[in-house]
Amino acid sequence: MSYPETYRYTKEHEWVHLENGIATVGITDHAQSELGDIVYVDLPKPGATVQTGQSFGSVESVKAVSDIYAPVAGEVIAANDDLATAPEKLNEDPHGAAWLIRVKVADGTDLGNLMNAADYESYIGAEH
Amino acid sequence: MLAACGLASADELFSQIPAEARLQRPLALADGISEYEIVDYFKSLAAQNANGYASFLGAGVYNHYRPVVVDTVVSRGEFLTSYTPYQSEISQGTLMTIFEFQTMVCQLTGMDVANASMYDGSTAIPEAAMMAERITGRHKALVARSAHPEYREVLATYARNQGMQIEEFGFDRATGQIDFADLESRLDKETACVIIQSPNFFGIVEDAKKAAAMAHAAGALLVFTFTEAASLGILEPPRDADIVAGELQSFAISPSYGGPFAGIMAAKEKYVRQLPGRLVGESKDSEGNRAFCLTLATREQHIRREKATSNICTNQALIALMATVYMELYGKRGLRELAEQNLAKAHYLGSKVKPLFSGPYFNEFAAVPAKPVEEINAQLLEKKIIGGLPLAKFYPELGNAVLLCATEMTKRADMDALAEVMA
Amino acid sequence: MIRKVRQHLSQNESLIFERSSPGKIGYQLPDLDVPAVDAAAALGAASVRAEIEGFPEVSEVEVIRHFTRLSTWNYAIDLGMYPLGSCTMKYNPRINEAVARIEGLAWAHPYQPESLSQGAMEVIGRLEAALCEITGLDAVTLQPAAGAHGELTGILLVRAALEARGNPRKKILVPDSAHGTNPATAGIAGYSVQNVASNDQGMIDIEHLAGLVDDDVAALMVTNPNTLGVFESNIAQAAEILHSKGAMIYMDGANMNALVGVARPGDFGVDVMHINLHKTFSTPHGGGGPGGGPVAVAKHLEPYLPVPRLKRMKDALAWDFDRPGSIGKVKAFYGNFGVMVRALAYILAHGGPGLRNATVDAVLNANYIRHKLRDFFDLPYDRPNMHEVVFSDDRQAAKGVRTGDIAKRLIDYGFHPYTVSFPLIVHGALMIEPTETESKDELDLFIDAMISIAKEVDEQPETLKNAPHMTRTRRVDEVTAARKPILRWK
Repeated sequence: MSYPETYRYTKEHEWVHLENGIATVGITDHAQSELGDIVYVDLPKPGATVQTGQSFGSVESVKAVSDIYAPVAGEVIAANDDLATAPEKLNEDPHGAAWLIRVKVADGTDLGNLMNAADYESYIGAEH
Repeated sequence: MLAACGLASADELFSQIPAEARLQRPLALADGISEYEIVDYFKSLAAQNANGYASFLGAGVYNHYRPVVVDTVVSRGEFLTSYTPYQSEISQGTLMTIFEFQTMVCQLTGMDVANASMYDGSTAIPEAAMMAERITGRHKALVARSAHPEYREVLATYARNQGMQIEEFGFDRATGQIDFADLESRLDKETACVIIQSPNFFGIVEDAKKAAAMAHAAGALLVFTFTEAASLGILEPPRDADIVAGELQSFAISPSYGGPFAGIMAAKEKYVRQLPGRLVGESKDSEGNRAFCLTLATREQHIRREKATSNICTNQALIALMATVYMELYGKRGLRELAEQNLAKAHYLGSKVKPLFSGPYFNEFAAVPAKPVEEINAQLLEKKIIGGLPLAKFYPELGNAVLLCATEMTKRADMDALAEVMA
Repeated sequence: MIRKVRQHLSQNESLIFERSSPGKIGYQLPDLDVPAVDAAAALGAASVRAEIEGFPEVSEVEVIRHFTRLSTWNYAIDLGMYPLGSCTMKYNPRINEAVARIEGLAWAHPYQPESLSQGAMEVIGRLEAALCEITGLDAVTLQPAAGAHGELTGILLVRAALEARGNPRKKILVPDSAHGTNPATAGIAGYSVQNVASNDQGMIDIEHLAGLVDDDVAALMVTNPNTLGVFESNIAQAAEILHSKGAMIYMDGANMNALVGVARPGDFGVDVMHINLHKTFSTPHGGGGPGGGPVAVAKHLEPYLPVPRLKRMKDALAWDFDRPGSIGKVKAFYGNFGVMVRALAYILAHGGPGLRNATVDAVLNANYIRHKLRDFFDLPYDRPNMHEVVFSDDRQAAKGVRTGDIAKRLIDYGFHPYTVSFPLIVHGALMIEPTETESKDELDLFIDAMISIAKEVDEQPETLKNAPHMTRTRRVDEVTAARKPILRWK
């Protein structure tokens, strides 16, 4: 699966896509493949605030739980409810339909310290 | 075998233990004894306990008949000598019995989901309170003073170190039921849960619906507990509760000087991920046949470690199996008839010995004898009767009161004898 | 209706609810010798339920057949070796079951007068004394219901003692090789957890430990022998480091089967520990309980033990509730008494010399397995072990076969799997604990099976990936079970 050029990536394997002050956050294809079959996704409710680098939820496989860390700070304006009933979507389309949350970020939020697609791909390549 | 390990003596097996850490003498324990001597020894100990007494003790541990079939089942090595069913391909027996247990606990309590068992009723209470804390994000638990005193003590031990605040609310001195005015005055925005027991420690049936409504109005959960599971054969289950945590000792689990028993924990469906302990779920195997396995394990300590819902690991599987066999033997009709017999026996006793409280009671009630209870109980022992539990130890405010229990095992002649001494 | 759909000796078995039909009963009650009572009148109509919706209705023989058939779907120690590492699956002597059922013990009510409970109290007193001698510690409480419950009790004792000194402190140190219950316990006792790294020998890195211990540390929780089956040979040094900073050392006694009669935690600096009666002292696991988790402590922690304490008076035993320093009760009544009876029977049957012999055999058996399998499986920590040995699946993983696959294949050879993927510090762990129960013949069968599987990895890895093949139930879909939980029959 390809890593979209317009996204930015974290070392903890989250992606973020910033458009018009709204950041959409998900986990990468690499992350879902490491986790295996995802059985449950725990997400914050709209209205919650998230802090950069802090855990805002978790994803579970049968025998593991992984925290998800926020790449940006702001207020959660939407969580992907589909994942509650169909967590398998996270295995199928992690960069698209299975986004996790949308966050309204402060003006001037800078993603410059995150990796672009090429850097991320070489990062996960080096991990092995 | 030593040679295969490249060792000259058995002592070399322990060479990695520094000499100063090794025990340089034999254990100061007698030599082993034979099977016959062991039986003889324990029989001699058993002879020093009560034997052949009629008893009016209840108070959380009940004297119910234990059908022979129960031991036939739990003595099978396949149940007795297996481990927790992690390997589902060779554990379907245990897994299916737990699935049936979970189902019957739900049917009995009116809840949606139940776990595979807790240590006992007393430890299930703090687990339920912690669960309510996680769900509500609040840190105060209100517990009825009419709940089992030892359960409240265990709750206090757990709470003390967690920043959980425990407050008691009282009971009505006329009815023996919850003092709702007191409860209402203590509910606030910090209250995570209200914990009530029914029948309560005095055997009195509580209004769980009203307690639930009051708790919910304050944004708190209702935790319902019970010590006398036989009451659920006839009493309306606590459908309005959020969490039910109780004790199944009444279902073919011998009193055994206080344990091992089997606690239960059940809840509304939406709280399933906050349940502690093991859960068995239904699935299919690779050939498409129905099969069962442990599931939602990510809540548990071996995966989530310090963030787990509880540290519980070993629970009470074999004891829960006793209760499972019992529930299936008695079934829908048997549990009803059992409850009716208990009700009839206790109310016969209640017609001879006046109950202290006016609230409706199931199979036990408090009463105040004419003479000091110690004197009464000593007199009863002479007649080979163990009298009721003196309540002053746990409730100084009740003075000379005694808690009396009658079950289907209690004989009319013994009740008549008790009534005569107590008059 | 029962259909025999697959080949095996006994029938398939449906859930009891599917066998139920209205009117069937499997119980008997005597006729009432008192007048019947109208439930609605006695309890109030609103308090009386119509029926227990969905509850089964079956006959006695149906119940017997149901559970007997289900039992045949289980593996058990009674059927063969059960080498689950850290679980100490040893034979459960039946004499223990018999004595626990003697009427005067099994039907003792916890509130019956002390004068009529002396036999039960003697069981408790004698077991406490035996466990003090075995652990080398000064006092024992039998109240905790299982290992994790004992851990909680032990850490609460540490906390109470530190509080009495003025500061409960904030942290518990836990080695990265620890059981999951250790960090979970610390969390429930109100402590944060800090991990201690293992060194290249699989033991606590003493220098790392020394650097971590400060005035915020309440205790180190250490399993000894650790989960690699290795004795922490610098345990006394670790204890010194902790004690010098006012902290304590908690020992997880899950692996005590390696030490009984050979070494005593009280002699190497341990302040407090728990014992698993259902491991070391042979009380049956019963498919996941009941257990018994006694906690043994050094003198300085005794004042904080749960109430009540057993007290020997001049001519009788008594319960002492007047213990102002106590942490309170951790369980109603006195603990899992029925489990205590079984454990005491085991201790009496073995005696001091027999207990030590059991330890020697358990350690010898595990070393024998290490020597026989070392050429076939990778040994990440290649050194003498105690009662269990941990291999890694590194060689097999290269062929795409993981520890879980090897474990499932072992089932086809008639054995219960070892502990899979634990401890976490070993990549793809195979954790094997034979216990003293197994004879050389049984061990050799197991070893042959493991060697045969190692060869299959090279020759036919696909066979392993779909194993087990011989069981009536094949690999269960745990993913669907977790995604769409069905937790009860409807």
